[in-house]
Amino acid sequence: MTLKLSNPLYRELRAHGEETYPHECCGILLGSADGSEITVQRLLRAGNTRTDSAHNRYNIAPQELISAQREARQAGLEIVGFYHSHPDHPAQWSATDFAEAHWLGCAYVITAVEQGRATVTNSFLLAGTREEDKSFRPQSIVLPSSAPHLDSD
Amino acid sequence: MNIHIPTPLRAYTDKQETVSIPGATVAEGLAALVAAHPALQQHLFTSEGKLRSFVNVYLNDDDVRWLPAGQATAVSPGDELSIIPSIAGGCSKEPSI
Repeated sequence: MTLKLSNPLYRELRAHGEETYPHECCGILLGSADGSEITVQRLLRAGNTRTDSAHNRYNIAPQELISAQREARQAGLEIVGFYHSHPDHPAQWSATDFAEAHWLGCAYVITAVEQGRATVTNSFLLAGTREEDKSFRPQSIVLPSSAPHLDSD
Repeated sequence: MNIHIPTPLRAYTDKQETVSIPGATVAEGLAALVAAHPALQQHLFTSEGKLRSFVNVYLNDDDVRWLPAGQATAVSPGDELSIIPSIAGGCSKEPSI
């Protein structure tokens, strides 16, 4: 299952990680999902409640999730995933990410931010049918093809 | 009461985002929800029957765990119960792949 994002939303989630560096950013992805594709239509920034260890941990307050779920419902969308950043760390899921991932069928997007600049962004689908058989599977991020770059020289 | 179902669990509520369930307390509402949709049991509760640690249940804007009466808190028909799995993580440990 691929993750489809617009270029502005893709830039937005990466920029969020740069803004919060050296702390982790986090947010919620609203959109829709069918059998083969998750389409993100709205991105909601969330606060990181892990102020005790914000450089390497994140947590989204349940109240923010409830607000996001309400907003999604009103817009005819659903929560389809989440994003966070890894400051000076690869864009790969960690043991902590896996242990604390519970939204089966949703996308978990991770952006590596090196010295304040967003580098690699990866997405992982939390596959499985229950906690005991869940797994992260890499998924392609599909962006609209860019307009041809015309060099004036 | 209305119970709002998170995206991953809608597969077990016939795709319903919100389920209207009778019940005088939070516990009764959850029990009625599981009675109507038995596949939810393993996703919401441990084998000992306790709410899984990562499953948050909010009565309107209040975390049920912190209400004085907990799941025995009385609810009225207009109340909203939200089931919200937690979202957390971070790069505190090396990738395990």
